[in-house]
Amino acid sequence: MSGRLATVGYRIAHAIPVILGVVVVSFLLTRALPGDPAVYFAGPAADEASIAQIRTALGLDKSLPEQFFVYAGDVLSGDLGQSISTGQPVLSDLANRLPASLELTLTALLLSCAIAIPLGVLAATRPGTTVDHLCRVLVTAGVSLPTFFTGVVLIYVFYYLLGIAPSPLGRLDFIYIEPDHVTGFYLIDAAIAGDWETWIGAVKQLILPAITLALFTLAPLARMTRAAMLSALSSDYIRTARAAGLTENKVLFTYAFRNALLPVITTLGMVFSFTLGANVLVEKVFAWPGIGSYAVEALVVSDYAAVQGFVLAMALLFVALNLIIDIAYTLIDPRIGFETR
Amino acid sequence: MGKQMSLLSLRDLKVDFETRKGTVNAVRGVSLEVGKGEIVGIVGESGSGKSVTSYALMRLLDKGGTISGGDLAYGGIDLKSAKESTMRDLRGREISMIFQNPRAALNPIRKVGHQIEDVLRRHAKATRANARAEAIKALKAVRINDAENRYEAYPFELSGGMCQRIVIAIALACDPKLLIADEPTTGLDITTQKAVMDLIADLIVERGMSAMVITHDLGLAAQYCSRIVVMKDGEVVEAGSARKLFSSPEHPYTQKLVDATPRAGVSVRELLLPELRTPMPLTQIVETPLLEVRDLYKTYKGKSGPVHAVNGLSFAIKKGQSVGLVGESGCGKSTTSSMLVRLLDSTKGEILFKGEDLAAIPAKQFARDPRRASIQMVFQDATDSFNPRHTARQIIGEPLARLSPLNRSARKARIDELADLVGLPVALLDRFPHQLSGGQKARVGIARAIALEPEFLVLDEPTAALDVSIQAIVLNLLVDLRAKLGISYLFVSHDLNVVRLLCDEVIVMKAGEIVESGPAEQIMSSPDHPYTRTLLEAAPHPPVLSSQAAKAAE
Repeated sequence: MSGRLATVGYRIAHAIPVILGVVVVSFLLTRALPGDPAVYFAGPAADEASIAQIRTALGLDKSLPEQFFVYAGDVLSGDLGQSISTGQPVLSDLANRLPASLELTLTALLLSCAIAIPLGVLAATRPGTTVDHLCRVLVTAGVSLPTFFTGVVLIYVFYYLLGIAPSPLGRLDFIYIEPDHVTGFYLIDAAIAGDWETWIGAVKQLILPAITLALFTLAPLARMTRAAMLSALSSDYIRTARAAGLTENKVLFTYAFRNALLPVITTLGMVFSFTLGANVLVEKVFAWPGIGSYAVEALVVSDYAAVQGFVLAMALLFVALNLIIDIAYTLIDPRIGFETR
Repeated sequence: MGKQMSLLSLRDLKVDFETRKGTVNAVRGVSLEVGKGEIVGIVGESGSGKSVTSYALMRLLDKGGTISGGDLAYGGIDLKSAKESTMRDLRGREISMIFQNPRAALNPIRKVGHQIEDVLRRHAKATRANARAEAIKALKAVRINDAENRYEAYPFELSGGMCQRIVIAIALACDPKLLIADEPTTGLDITTQKAVMDLIADLIVERGMSAMVITHDLGLAAQYCSRIVVMKDGEVVEAGSARKLFSSPEHPYTQKLVDATPRAGVSVRELLLPELRTPMPLTQIVETPLLEVRDLYKTYKGKSGPVHAVNGLSFAIKKGQSVGLVGESGCGKSTTSSMLVRLLDSTKGEILFKGEDLAAIPAKQFARDPRRASIQMVFQDATDSFNPRHTARQIIGEPLARLSPLNRSARKARIDELADLVGLPVALLDRFPHQLSGGQKARVGIARAIALEPEFLVLDEPTAALDVSIQAIVLNLLVDLRAKLGISYLFVSHDLNVVRLLCDEVIVMKAGEIVESGPAEQIMSSPDHPYTRTLLEAAPHPPVLSSQAAKAAE
């Protein structure tokens, strides 16, 4: 067990240089973007002198290394700069918008796992049957329909035709009051405040975009679960377990499923990363005030500070995510701690 | 045995498999009985249906397999029509099974102790409260030292032999009455094989169990089983006592198997069918050494200090000579052979090939050395050493394309010539590895190794994965090639009986050092070192071997 703890510590220590690298890359990346923020700031009527003045005010006339150290110092003190387009500190923008995206993505993934994993297991234990075919159809449909299309179809059916869903305009209908900011997740904050009416309102808003994303992420998870279960079920140790007379449930869950979980977790990590980055479209369709749409808007107007803040936040999120996946892996698979020792 | 009631009885058992190419009759009417306290061996080569028979009686056939006829009875229970729930109660409690490849047979991410507990709890032999104690007891029963700590181990932390003990512990945890051992020692070292088989045999006697030992090794079956059933193509061709099968086999197939089993006192030609026994070719050995190893070391950085894989080896191989390198896994024989074929750098020492030191050339650069063609290797697992997307022709042609000046048409001619040399029908050259049989793959591997007319060939257990009758043919092929082409061999193996057939001299290695070396016959008949004696004793000793012993038996 101490070996595993050491492995976890090792992984955490490994994350530090990655984070340093990310700070450097996010700085350089935004400098490499085309467009001059000083010109944008100065407005269309500015002359050379006022642009130069603004450039000095923004610190853009200094050399790159100097700019970097100023930036790094600011990052350390928690100052990510001021967004040009929203006029707010980037940090507070991110603090508002990141939870919105995370809430959507995590709900979608939970939903997706809740359907995909049992479906994959069922398909693997009954290959060639109706369940298996159903799984294949659902998976193909989910992956071949683009999210903005499923999103629009869902809105059309459930909001326009059936009138079950609320209007797709953000995280909460205007009749509810936003819960006090604790975590930024409306579901959690409303639950903490004990405001169940708001909670239900938030769920209603969340359900359609979450289903849209879940349908899209269903495919890789269900496919991987099915494949991993099939290979686990055909392995020698399953034969041993069956030859020892273990019950089918024991064989399926304690023996096969735990082994099959390893590739599924890897896939889950990958799916999470690309969903977080790719849910801009869903955010746009449902007017969701998420981080994806924020970044796109900032990018269009060369909003350095906002883009930098976004890149940094995403990178940190991915580092944290990979760390969590590594740790989950270490906890499930005893062989991992052994290899790094 | 008299009127003992049989515990297990198979009558006219038939098993079919539905495949894409239609129905395959894997077992075609097998009848056999296992009496109480009896150990029955089922011997046959791959594809004989011996494993399928045992899976059928456990009702654990792979997908697509069905019992299509016959009767299966275990102690009055009809196994053929028993409900699945009844079968689950029987498995592990009444009938248990142990498997080949023990490491894969254990759940890789579950503590071995818990895996034993699962079985105990399933069959109500332990409760949550005493499961741990009972599991440790089961570990002790298979003679595992330090059972309390081993309980916490995962399979990857244990050696192959230890894993097999765990598999046995799982199988025997609930005191079954019948044990089925499916190739229990394939892939294990010869000394481990003996330890595991002795343990199984002891436990069977101790607990008054019956057993069915399924193996391709007639010698092993003969040593441990009272009665042997020989199977071929899904049918029983002969059954009888081990003694009788060896001394006077009735069926020609049994005779062929007996003949092909490597054993003391026979030449490599005698492994073949009588009509194939051509006279032994003459080999010429030149006195000057072709390869000389001086004080060779290989040290790895280990978790706790350096590991001396090879520790000061010195030996010489003459031109045209065949030298055997014998030892258990971990003795450094594979490391040595890798260094000799220049796939691995040595830490210290000289490898003189025709007087020039090869150890001075880094292994990475040796691929471009002109002497690369002179030193070649035949790998242990033919399947794994081939690119599955290459045809046999491409596999054999690869070294020619890289290292010989031949053009395309000359290469094609050379490949045909090589196929002819190793006895591979030219028509098979355009097949992919998975379309070839084990023996054919071995021939392709040999053809590839000799394509560049090497002077020195390292053979790393080239027949370990082959059936005995195919092994006999491949060994003879190697003898012929050596005489025809004048190649020197270094034959790496753990099986002294095989090495003896092919080698003039034998080097016995243990823990990275040579413990004994000398002429093969001398080492086989009067070994000096106790370790050599252990190795020799560990090899299965069929009851009746040489002709004089056969006479003595009468």
